[in-house]
Amino acid sequence: MVLSFHHSLCESIYIDCHMTDILNFENIRKTFPGVIALDDVSFSVARGEIHTLLGENGAGKSTLMNVLTGLYHPDRGQIRIAGEQIHFTSPRDSLACGIGMVHQHFMLVPAHSVFENILLALDNIPNFYSRKTYKQKIQKLIDEFDLDLDLDTPVWRLSIGAQQWIELIKLLMRDCQLLVLDEPTAVLTPQEADRLFNVLRKLKQQEKSIIFISHKMREVMEISDRVTILKKGRSIATRTRGDFDESTLASLMIGRDKVPQWQKTLQMSDEIVLDIQNLSVRNDRGMSDLDDFNLQLKKGEILGIAGVAGNGQKALAEVLTGLKNTNQGRILARQKDITNSNARYSYIAGIAHIPEDRKSIGIAPDMSVDENLIMKSFKSGSFRNWIFQNKKAIRQNAEEKIEQFAIKSGPDGTPVRYLSGGNIQKVIIARELSEHPAVLVALYPTRGLDIGSAGYVHKVIADGADRGMSTILIAEDLDELLKLSDRIAVMFRGKLIGYVNPRKTTREEIGLMMSGETPGDKA
Amino acid sequence: MKLVIERREISSALLRFSAPIASIGIALFVAGFLLLASGVSPLDAYREIIIEALGSVYGLSETLVKTTPLIFAGLGVSLAFRMQIWNIGAEGQIYIGAMGATWVALFSGIQNHWIMMTAMFFAAFFCGGMWAGVAGFLRARWQVNEVIVTLLMNYIAILWVDYLIYGPWKDPKGFNFPLTAQFSDTARLAEYFDTRMHSGFFLALFCALVLYLFIERTVWGYEIKVIGSNQRAAKYAGMNTGMAIFFVLFLSGAIAGIAGFSEVAGLQHRLQHGISPGYGYTAIIIAWLAKRSAIGVVIVSFLMGVLLVGGDSLQLLWQLPVAFVYAFQGLILFFLLASDFFIIYRVKLIKGVVHA
Ligand SMILES: Nc1ncnc2c1ncn2[C@@H]1O[C@H](COP(=O)(O)OP(=O)(O)OP(=O)(O)O)[C@@H](O)[C@H]1O
Ligand SMILES: [Mg+2]
Repeated sequence: MVLSFHHSLCESIYIDCHMTDILNFENIRKTFPGVIALDDVSFSVARGEIHTLLGENGAGKSTLMNVLTGLYHPDRGQIRIAGEQIHFTSPRDSLACGIGMVHQHFMLVPAHSVFENILLALDNIPNFYSRKTYKQKIQKLIDEFDLDLDLDTPVWRLSIGAQQWIELIKLLMRDCQLLVLDEPTAVLTPQEADRLFNVLRKLKQQEKSIIFISHKMREVMEISDRVTILKKGRSIATRTRGDFDESTLASLMIGRDKVPQWQKTLQMSDEIVLDIQNLSVRNDRGMSDLDDFNLQLKKGEILGIAGVAGNGQKALAEVLTGLKNTNQGRILARQKDITNSNARYSYIAGIAHIPEDRKSIGIAPDMSVDENLIMKSFKSGSFRNWIFQNKKAIRQNAEEKIEQFAIKSGPDGTPVRYLSGGNIQKVIIARELSEHPAVLVALYPTRGLDIGSAGYVHKVIADGADRGMSTILIAEDLDELLKLSDRIAVMFRGKLIGYVNPRKTTREEIGLMMSGETPGDKA
Repeated sequence: MKLVIERREISSALLRFSAPIASIGIALFVAGFLLLASGVSPLDAYREIIIEALGSVYGLSETLVKTTPLIFAGLGVSLAFRMQIWNIGAEGQIYIGAMGATWVALFSGIQNHWIMMTAMFFAAFFCGGMWAGVAGFLRARWQVNEVIVTLLMNYIAILWVDYLIYGPWKDPKGFNFPLTAQFSDTARLAEYFDTRMHSGFFLALFCALVLYLFIERTVWGYEIKVIGSNQRAAKYAGMNTGMAIFFVLFLSGAIAGIAGFSEVAGLQHRLQHGISPGYGYTAIIIAWLAKRSAIGVVIVSFLMGVLLVGGDSLQLLWQLPVAFVYAFQGLILFFLLASDFFIIYRVKLIKGVVHA
């Protein structure tokens, strides 16, 4: 009796929408045991606007969106949709009212095709539906928004970026009026992000409203009509386009806390710690991820890897950390052949890896921060007494790491799944760096981190280099690569195109090499 | 004003503890009407159950006798659950464990009591373990679903034991009944207070303690928890997940196998048809209600023991049909499981304008 009447009410919301605000948050508060996730949040979103939520990791952005969609229920405060106070009991209710969300960590059925995954999300499908009409409908949307997606591909073959299009199409099929995108660009290549922004602009023209979350300042500047800044669970300011620039937003967001400073001394050592020779790796589709790839890493250097995503970077990281086997070629670590060894052995050889897809292979979600931090070293002497775990040492280790990396971990023993996206990432980074590896393979290490935390990770990598750690830094952001690297290697279609010196090169030169042109006499 | 049902984001420890107790209360209330309909005063009946199952040395001892195999089997099943492995085959593992212990008791010729007990224990442990280990191997090696394998192997185990007691192991002096010869005194566990209660119960408690320490304190327990939480992450951290799956199913079956040892050495003193009236299946419910904790298994098993003994007494005292006893036990289980609903969801009264 309770759940059945929302349709009629929601229709009426759609009809009498002369107000410009489609959504108002009024003094929202939400606590979890031992954590005030949202303290007092008020702001509004207008019809046809792209409204950005900005805030540090753990500021409460995802929680606020989950309150909006009915996954969480606020302790206090009200939400109004088109002026009417609402109480959603589940995301299904909010969807029925035209509010849809693409989550920071979403889930699809991997074995099913794109089409089936979209179909699964729709209700009111007649029992004897016509596959063809639905396919046409979806295809029309794909064409309209110029997405790059084949309906019959099974989802497991798609990049996370492409999987996100599916999530978006699901919402478009339901004709949502308000779309919430929680850090959509964290997993997108810059090219895919541009495409997403085009989609968002088109949606805006159709008078739809969008709440956008991102830590990338450049994107925030590019796309937002208004920006609301969340700090420690409070909405502290809302700025309109023209009334903000990158530095005002940053200082509003992190306040007096400074971005950590670091100085990198130039490494002169010529000792080669990792020598990759003629490496070839084929993928599930039978194509080459790496094709006769060569790379040399020197002691204490940070070697940036530039390239358009999908040109073999991920395979490189996976092979180096032992998650994937090679088809051909050798990897020498200080003259020792470590080709085709397993993850543990690679780690002993000093290679650590910050998994890109953090929820699925980075953490044990039901276990505490303490336990996740020792996942790779739990067998080592410092964390055990005979067959027993040394709980005291484990706790002490966690306290250190939480302090160093400023992890917002909630009360002791909180399962990692309840941490914010950025804080989960910090747990993984802290763990990977804690054993002082000789070689660090960092695949998109600052994805999803706020500017302060990203700065700290840069500092840790740079400090590591000063101590003699060598890093292979795979990143999408050229600024990040240029700032941190001693050398940059450019990849294209699984091959090494060449090295450039970040202090002498230009963006144009790297751009050309990323599209496969070999450099002239430089490097 | 509206009533809505919404998912709780968190459920407090108090709630998780009190909901099952409340649900038992509700079940007793509802079952009361059944009793009334059969012309029995519910209060009298409940008083009788408590007295029968707990109120006398004899009653309590019978309850503990029933509790013992439930603890073993429950522990075994819950260990596998911990790693998201579903061992539905505790029943068969009990039978095979009992078979192993019986083999030692009848044919080893050991004369010393302690050596005999140890040998029987390990025979049961090993047989039950290998029985489940087959499923573990298939799962680890070829991803064969362990639910199907463990379940089907129950039938094989029970029929195999039947074959032994109808055939080669049948007691020549047993007037052709399907049972083996009685064990000699060396092959029997000690009994207490002139009742049927035997040392198996203490062994079960000890086993629960060891398992608790194993899971919560040791390096292997940590590994099991990581694998149970996210197998891919475990692999990435360098853990040998295949080996762990085999090992956990082995251990799970081995502990269930000890129930077989404890039943034949402590209670029945021979192998016979129907040595377990479904303890292995009840163990699945126990593990589930106990939320996979070793201490929880002990508590829930005890409650089940009370239920079994109390149910029997209803039958004897008021000549209630056995179907009634099953209905009564079913009701209690039903409400216990339903209490989970209130742990996960809450019903809330909302004032003012509501769209839901
Ligand atoms: N279900 C939960 N149980 C306990 N604590 C939670 C839960 N969900 C969120 N939190 C806590 O609330 C705070 C806010 O988390 P939230 O995920 O909203 O952050 P965020 O702003 O989205 O950060 P990020 O940029 O890292 O994604 C964090 O400290 C988090 O640990
Ligand atoms: Mg978030």
